[in-house]
Amino acid sequence: MMEEKMNRDIPKIAKEKFAFVKRTDRIHDERLQTKAVGYLGDAWNRFRTNKSAVVAFILILVLLLFALIVPVVSNYTITFRDGYYKTVLPKAGIFKNSGFWDGGKRETQNEAGYLYLNAIGAENGKSAVMKEYGSFNDSTGARFYDLRIDSYNSVGYVYVNLSDAEYKALMEYQDKSGIQVFYPLAATHSKHFVLGNDGANFWYKLANESQGNSGAPVLDENGHYINNYLFSDDPEKAGYTGSRIAGDGENGVWYTYAQKNQTGYKARVDYDEYFFYRNGFHASFLFGTNQYGQDILTCLAVGARFSLILAICVATINFCLGIIYGSIEGYYGGAVDMIMERISDILASVPFMVVATLFQLHLASKVGPVVSLLFAFIMTGWVGTAARVRTQFYRFKGQEYVLAARTLGASDRRIIFKHIFPNSLGTIVTGAVMTIPGVIFSESMLSYLHIINLDTSSTVTSIGTMLANGNGYLNTFPHIIMFPAIFIAILEISFNLFGNGLRDALNPSLRGADN
Amino acid sequence: MTKYVVKRILFMFLTMFVITVMCFVLIKLLPLPAVREMGRDINLVLAKREKMGYNKPIMVQFFLYLKSIFTEWDWGVGEQMYEGLGIWDVMMQKLPYTIVVNLYSILLSIPLGLGLGIYAALKKNKWQDAVISTMVMVFISVPSYVYAFLVQYIFCFKLNWFPLQLASLSQAGSLVSGKMFVSMVPAIMSLSFGSIAGFTRYTRAELSEVLTGDYMLLARTKGLTKAQAISRHALRNAMVVILPMIIGEFIGILGGSMIIENIFGIPGIGNLYVNSINVRDYNFFMALNIFYTLIGLVSGIVIDISYGFIDPRIRMGSKK
Repeated sequence: MMEEKMNRDIPKIAKEKFAFVKRTDRIHDERLQTKAVGYLGDAWNRFRTNKSAVVAFILILVLLLFALIVPVVSNYTITFRDGYYKTVLPKAGIFKNSGFWDGGKRETQNEAGYLYLNAIGAENGKSAVMKEYGSFNDSTGARFYDLRIDSYNSVGYVYVNLSDAEYKALMEYQDKSGIQVFYPLAATHSKHFVLGNDGANFWYKLANESQGNSGAPVLDENGHYINNYLFSDDPEKAGYTGSRIAGDGENGVWYTYAQKNQTGYKARVDYDEYFFYRNGFHASFLFGTNQYGQDILTCLAVGARFSLILAICVATINFCLGIIYGSIEGYYGGAVDMIMERISDILASVPFMVVATLFQLHLASKVGPVVSLLFAFIMTGWVGTAARVRTQFYRFKGQEYVLAARTLGASDRRIIFKHIFPNSLGTIVTGAVMTIPGVIFSESMLSYLHIINLDTSSTVTSIGTMLANGNGYLNTFPHIIMFPAIFIAILEISFNLFGNGLRDALNPSLRGADN
Repeated sequence: MTKYVVKRILFMFLTMFVITVMCFVLIKLLPLPAVREMGRDINLVLAKREKMGYNKPIMVQFFLYLKSIFTEWDWGVGEQMYEGLGIWDVMMQKLPYTIVVNLYSILLSIPLGLGLGIYAALKKNKWQDAVISTMVMVFISVPSYVYAFLVQYIFCFKLNWFPLQLASLSQAGSLVSGKMFVSMVPAIMSLSFGSIAGFTRYTRAELSEVLTGDYMLLARTKGLTKAQAISRHALRNAMVVILPMIIGEFIGILGGSMIIENIFGIPGIGNLYVNSINVRDYNFFMALNIFYTLIGLVSGIVIDISYGFIDPRIRMGSKK
């Protein structure tokens, strides 16, 4: 019928009037001048233009590298604990004596404290006072000093117990290097001092030699300290043949550098040099140390590595479980979906704290706190991914373009991988990436509240454990808590920005939206 | 609608029951901690254990537990902390602290968050918006305890404006007194940064989407001023999403923040929970598990239902 009608409307044209055009040429479509942009290429193009996401991605890489490289190149390990360099302040070589990040701290000291600190430098030349800002008298007339104190040099001297061999080796080292390590024993050391490293820093005559002394010295008429060394007329007392400090041996009086005891020798050493002798480098902690004398930089890197590995494991496992569960729900629908949805609803309603605690109470003693924490994160964590996958399935199943594809004869497989998958990938992958900062946050919170205790094994730490360690020292040594807190803050911000960028990049419907 | 609500509530009870059973069984499988000798009420605790059937099978214990809750409102007594005191009484004693602190925080963050969000949406893509959005990004990402450390360090230690720990009830007189408020300020601040940022983000997103709607153009075309159009049309439509969020926050008040309560020493419900875990007081732990699960479930339902009440276009439970 149609044909008849058409034929009727078209006027007859004489056959001769028709002529062939381009009879010899073959007619082609115009060749595409641009290159085809694939799904990932398109995503990369969009991601690249998002400045904040790129910066965030670079930051994440830097933090990852930090966590991987620092434990390898660091002078210290996580098991390193120094009994004397506890809570020393952050010190960076390039800021030496600049008043910033140089291991110093501004403090107000009374007369006795001021003289005590100065005495350390007076003996070995390494001043514990970096700078004097001034002094003032308070209402009672007591004098106070405003000082910048070097937290490293103020450790000063310590008493060490050396075995016979160690004693000889240290003497040999001292003679060879020309660095004075041994210093004469102080006469007051026989009294019990808790202050000044068991009295090792009280090498001078004290104004009050009782136990509760303030460390105030007696000064001579020139304002110098009067030494209070043990001495004898035997220059080689306790077998000491090493080099001596200036002023030793005058008038046949020889200072005593060591004392024999049951296990070997008790000697008084300059701790900075002794540390160098023992470890081969001078103590300098970029991020300072905590109250156990651990290097915060190394701990932070090891803790960050632990937190990141845990988070990535959790994200990967949850991603896989969630995709399987969610796609079964979304694909079958109906009764299967209903039952599975109720199960995941119930799991999602259990507060994470409850899960984490119960796993910890039941499993921590059997498989360790880390594995039980991992189980706890997986137990309820996959529900989110599953819900997202299911929603995506439902959202795209009824879309017109899916219907169109089906009408054109596309198989289920083609529809899922070519049409539904690219559209839902953005949401699902972004969700998986965003579980990483979530896991790190939850872990740090649980460690901070002591619900999980990673400290039991000293080879593992986490950011939350470090925060918990620094908790009581916020006022006095804020650096202990500051570095982990800054680290986790940067990490969370970077992951959020990166996640936003990723979501936009992986969303193909935004293609060409900007230009 | 009614059918949907009833269905949701019934399912909530089912969920509640399943979780309670799981928790109860898992807790009972743990070794029972000995009653500590130091408590003067050791006999009371032992008598209580006898009454709750501690030597009977777990399922019998569970029914005894439910029975004593429903018939006598008896949640058990503290065994490792608050020895001999009723769990319910202790919880009710702690709850006001949590509520007051969180209420202050919400009352601060709602107006600020909404205000900033509206401002950012109106100035979209100008520098004001860029500044606010950047701040929101930072404040939403940084964990609340980091603010808590900062606030504590700056305002409590360095500037000495606020006391480090919460004032005791005997010092302050009452929970809502001025002195109590001052000592709560650090905690309120730490709690608020995150929720202000959250409100700002949602308000900005919603409002800027609504502002591009066709009905906004119509409102302007028919002669409304910009302010009229925004307050009468845009804000009301944006509220459809924002109001349920506010309602959710209000229910969340009860739960509080464990970590903030821990840092600032607020003797609230979150702190009680953490303590019960650390000293292994399973009676408290069980009761608080139920409490927290219930809060989560109730707020979920209330938020969902409130969508239906606020926005007449949403029909709950409908197929399409």
